[in-house]
Amino acid sequence: MTRDVIFTRRRFLVGAGAATAALATGAVLGHWTDVLSGAHGPSQTASPGSGPLVLVTLYGGNDGLNTVIPYQDPNYLKLRPNLGYQPDQVLPLADGLGFNPQLKGLHALWGAGTLAVLRGVGYPNPVLSHFEGMDIWQTANPTDGSGPGWLGKWLDEYSDDPMRALSVGTTLPPVLRGEKSAATAITSTRLSLPGDATLQGAYAALQAPGSDRVGLAAAVATSGADLLNAKGQLDKLAASATTPSTPAGTASGPATLTEQMAVVAELIKAGAPTQVYQVSLSSFDTHAGEKPNQEKLLADLDSAFSSFFSGLKGVKAAQGVVVMTYSEFGRRPAENASGGTDHGTAAPLFVAGPKVKGGQFYGDEPSLTSLDPNGNLLHNIDFRSVYATVLDKVVGADPEKVLGGSFPTLPFI
Amino acid sequence: MVSQNRSDVALLYRRAGFGLRSDELDRLSTGSYEAAVDGLIAGLGGAADPGSAHIPEPTLTLPVRPKKGDLTALKAFNKAITADTQSLQAWWMNKMITTSTPLRERLTLFWHGHFATAVSKVRYPKLMYLQNQLFRTAGSGSFETLMQAVAKDGAMMVWLDTITDKKAHPNENFGREMMELFTLGLGNYTQNDVVAAGEGFTGWTYNTTADRYVFQRAQHDYATKTYLGQTGDWNGNDIVSIAVTNPASPRFVLSKLWSHFAYPVSPAEQVVTDLLDAYGTGMSVSAALKAIFLHPDFRSDTTRSGLVKQPVEYLAGAARTLGLDSTLQPLSSSGTTQGTAGAGTAGGKTKVKPVALSALATTLGQTLFNPPNVGGWGQNTYWLDTVTALRRFEVALILAERGDISPVSSVPSAERLDAAANFLGVDGWGLTTRSALAQVADRPSELVALALSSPEYVIA
Repeated sequence: MTRDVIFTRRRFLVGAGAATAALATGAVLGHWTDVLSGAHGPSQTASPGSGPLVLVTLYGGNDGLNTVIPYQDPNYLKLRPNLGYQPDQVLPLADGLGFNPQLKGLHALWGAGTLAVLRGVGYPNPVLSHFEGMDIWQTANPTDGSGPGWLGKWLDEYSDDPMRALSVGTTLPPVLRGEKSAATAITSTRLSLPGDATLQGAYAALQAPGSDRVGLAAAVATSGADLLNAKGQLDKLAASATTPSTPAGTASGPATLTEQMAVVAELIKAGAPTQVYQVSLSSFDTHAGEKPNQEKLLADLDSAFSSFFSGLKGVKAAQGVVVMTYSEFGRRPAENASGGTDHGTAAPLFVAGPKVKGGQFYGDEPSLTSLDPNGNLLHNIDFRSVYATVLDKVVGADPEKVLGGSFPTLPFI
Repeated sequence: MVSQNRSDVALLYRRAGFGLRSDELDRLSTGSYEAAVDGLIAGLGGAADPGSAHIPEPTLTLPVRPKKGDLTALKAFNKAITADTQSLQAWWMNKMITTSTPLRERLTLFWHGHFATAVSKVRYPKLMYLQNQLFRTAGSGSFETLMQAVAKDGAMMVWLDTITDKKAHPNENFGREMMELFTLGLGNYTQNDVVAAGEGFTGWTYNTTADRYVFQRAQHDYATKTYLGQTGDWNGNDIVSIAVTNPASPRFVLSKLWSHFAYPVSPAEQVVTDLLDAYGTGMSVSAALKAIFLHPDFRSDTTRSGLVKQPVEYLAGAARTLGLDSTLQPLSSSGTTQGTAGAGTAGGKTKVKPVALSALATTLGQTLFNPPNVGGWGQNTYWLDTVTALRRFEVALILAERGDISPVSSVPSAERLDAAANFLGVDGWGLTTRSALAQVADRPSELVALALSSPEYVIA
């Protein structure tokens, strides 16, 4: 009878055994707390010029048709007599499509060739439930959205560093939770531990590896040691930052997407070894009174992108940064009677960054006339193809290993 | 040194309940381990629960879904759902803390994870309550009876879309998950079986006014179906029966039970084989539980180091020990709680802002009545990450500050480490933990918080 191994040897060695591993290799013989607090530095960096990936989660189901607007398709205003935008209101792109008037910054990035639009992204047999749709997007499991997050699976395969993936916010979304590893959640560029120096010292001592700790007991200590490691690395980055600033460091985390992305920009500038960041914006569930509500949200998104990229102009560590949006679904093409739209399916995604082959579309625009039985758009890019592309080109991971299948990559990077 | 019997009884109650206070452990460990098992098993099914008898049933406002497009009504509806869910969480947390039938509450928690149904989609808190009561009353009898009842349970029927399963548009969701997650496990059925199951449940729906399952004859597909190798005019009842009597089912269900109470196993392992006779053709859950607790492996080192406490059991157990209710107010001497979550009134003994224990569980990643997806919560390393480590430490500081830690604070510093182990029901501290705790031996509250964060306590 053999029991399943419930944590990996790699994680055990690097985490619980960080100190012993360092000692065994004859590395600098510092005090073990130095090792745990990150004095050993990042163990591996992404290949030059690739990454980090900044994943922008749009909760609630963003209305794709009023984001990237098919203003020259006569069916658009037929479906949306009240909610539709007139041709002179949109920011024109190409192919009869234009951006929502709030997306001026994104329009400029498109013009500069650093923002691409992936059209009609979705998956087969789409579900119209928020929670299940978001689970599906976050796990890359279109059957039922169960299992670890897709980036969690990447962490399971590759991560040995709690800084490898960071999520800005108080809780960790499932996308960054694997079976053995998980990202670290931060609310500012620093992590703070409760208590005074004595208590913090005792807490650090509690995470030390020891011969009395094996199996899960060692794994419990490892999670604490990883926390101290991440804290140590963040402290160091903050200390070495040329412009010491702590954007929006409230206990509940940065309030706006702009502030969240400012935290990410600070860390990139400071040289964090992080390969994936996650930020989010909520309230896209516009069943009623959609126009003003979605415009406000898109304006938030637009200003966050603009300040993020202008702040990182010329920053070497940001040369490979790729920002990607996604939402659990798009919305119903036909407007409803409440000035809003109901749950839909396929939607456009934005991908932006210096290395992105922008100013162009990928995938075809979904038809407004051949809809599914619920009156929703049919997808033409499988979302796992988008994931496979960023895993391959941005994160530097084997997409097949992470996604458990082969999906054609797209040429947007 | 803790005696073997005391250690075994403590382990049993950590796994089959929410831990024991040291006075309870003193009393129970004078008897045999087997007697302790019998005591827990006797509390299953319809047994009275004097410990939590004083806890009122949750007050639910029963919000009604507003007409489409009424944004103001929708906001009020969402708020009411949140409030009702908080009432449910506080009610169940208080039951777990005060119950004298801990295995029944623990088994209810197991089924909640097994049949993972979330209010986020169901959006009908009363249905969540009814499902929870179903687990409590029917959770220890025949698994087949339970599975049949769950298939007709309103929350489940909304959660996995049975209510939309009609002849013209069969919905495969419930049929597929019933086989994959509830009865058989992956690899024991095909997509054809999923289709057949979906057809079998056509016409099943639920009346939320009368709170009962309804069969709509006109929506049912009476065609002959082949399901798991058997051909006939199967209805949903037959689909459930055929699934639970499939040879793969007992191993699947028993491996889930063993994994929850002892340590993670796959259905093929020997310990699962060892439980088959007890489960039997009657699919007796209580007999299986008894066989688990009496199995020699249950008291092995593998079991002792085999599970991390999930946040709800961590918090309910700590609250029991520290004498706190679900709002972190002191439990009174009679064991009654002062008010419920969100109320924040009553008692008024302290000015401390009420914090719901269930909200702390959420910060630790586990929200009652809202599992993350149909697969439920994970185990072990699922609960071990940097954020959870930080939140656990923060939560432990709050618990230790609010709770009654006099058994630790009233003894001299030199005795506090051992007092803390005894107080928290831990057999003892390893050398590493001991040296860390010693650094705060003169600060009892922080000592207890640190002890609550130690691997020894976090392991179930």
